[in-house]
Amino acid sequence: MTQAISRAARTADLCLIGGGLVGLAVGIGLQRNGLNVAILDEGDVALRASRGNFGLVWVQGKGDTLPEYARVTRLSARLWPALAARLRERTGIDIELQQNGGLYLSLTEQEVADREAMLIRMRAAAGGDYPFRRLDLKQVREFIPEAGPEVAGATWCPEDGHLNPLKLLRALTEAFLKAGGRIANSGRASAISPLNPGFRISTPAGDWYCDKVVLSAGLGNRELAPQVGLDAPVSPNRGQVLIAERVRPFLHYPTGHVRQTDEGTLQIGDSKEDVGFDSGTTTDVMAQIARRATRMFPLLREVRMVRAWGALRVMTPDGYPLYEASDSHPGAYLVTCHSGVTLGALHEGPIADWIARDRTDLPLEVFHAKRFSL
Amino acid sequence: MPNASRFERLAARDDRWITVSVEGEPVKVRAGDNAATAVLAAGLRPSRTTAVSGAGRAPYCMMGVCFECLLEIDGVENVQGCMTPVRPGMEIRRQQGARHCENNDREEMSA
Repeated sequence: MTQAISRAARTADLCLIGGGLVGLAVGIGLQRNGLNVAILDEGDVALRASRGNFGLVWVQGKGDTLPEYARVTRLSARLWPALAARLRERTGIDIELQQNGGLYLSLTEQEVADREAMLIRMRAAAGGDYPFRRLDLKQVREFIPEAGPEVAGATWCPEDGHLNPLKLLRALTEAFLKAGGRIANSGRASAISPLNPGFRISTPAGDWYCDKVVLSAGLGNRELAPQVGLDAPVSPNRGQVLIAERVRPFLHYPTGHVRQTDEGTLQIGDSKEDVGFDSGTTTDVMAQIARRATRMFPLLREVRMVRAWGALRVMTPDGYPLYEASDSHPGAYLVTCHSGVTLGALHEGPIADWIARDRTDLPLEVFHAKRFSL
Repeated sequence: MPNASRFERLAARDDRWITVSVEGEPVKVRAGDNAATAVLAAGLRPSRTTAVSGAGRAPYCMMGVCFECLLEIDGVENVQGCMTPVRPGMEIRRQQGARHCENNDREEMSA
């Protein structure tokens, strides 16, 4: 009897393993499709990329070697305003979405030229529809008067933007719970067993039962995916971020390395380090980040740093996402990516619809893990 | 005296008195005091307003942790008052909201 009750309490139409930005966004999209959804979240020992990211909704340059990725990135950016409005309506939380364009500042002419060449190729791949401009320092200062004299130029894309990623995480969580979703801080899911039909998921807090299962566990997907006939070759890539005290607004557009939030905080990134599962910080990397930022914006020399952290990106060998349904275990899906903020609206929308309905117009074949074994 | 101040000066401290300025008014403090002590002694409340909502704040932890005692000291904004020893003639003002962040390198900017 007790067992029957506890089994009913741990049964859902669909379980997501992993409650970060990816799992939550897919989760509320599945609720929109009428599904009863539970999220099994590892807990605070997890690596938590969703609590350490930079908060850009970034378009320029993404997908330079994969036009389909450029397309889904831009689709997500276009879907963001409506999702931000719905989150605000349902939860009262303003995620501070701003999509007024962004600049990638460079300190060398060569880098500006290389980026322009890349964006010209991307524009051709997009059939001519790919808005961007190359800016010299004088033009950069029309956007950001405080740019320093060492800035060689920038590339500007009107589709870039940013948001507050912690407020987004909170808004998604509240929206999910308000719609009747359950979040179980159940510890690390250890085994996924196919039943007929459905799945049983073993966690330290008991077994869960569901018709469908979505792997949205970031770096944890590597071990989970083979249990349902999928492959998730993801590895950690560390980024360190500095946070400076709040100052009066001077930076009205996000840049690739420095952005200022609605509340005045400066977030300064970033590094790309291959250091395994170490999410710590190091003095030399923080110093490099600070040095680059103060060359771009000399006024930052006077500003105090108040915090720093490291977080681990979820990287595939080519940096592009994995969206794949299992052939051998129907009802099991893999959704993982590095850009959980930018792609959030794609995940809430078309990706959730694909999982709910088992059909999609998205070109998902290019995002299968099979691409790494061809 | 249940309402007596709990801020008692210890006998071992430097007992010279010096004068600092709090919002333009002279305030006498002990040489070993810090700027947050000075605003408390002056009864300056709030001693800052917050960066986002503009709510009033005053010194709290007095040990460099909470950042509630941010002040403008000798023209420099967002200084932790409790970590800043007083000096004769020190000019202490309220920190009003977020600090300004201005380029002091105008020549460099025009380079």
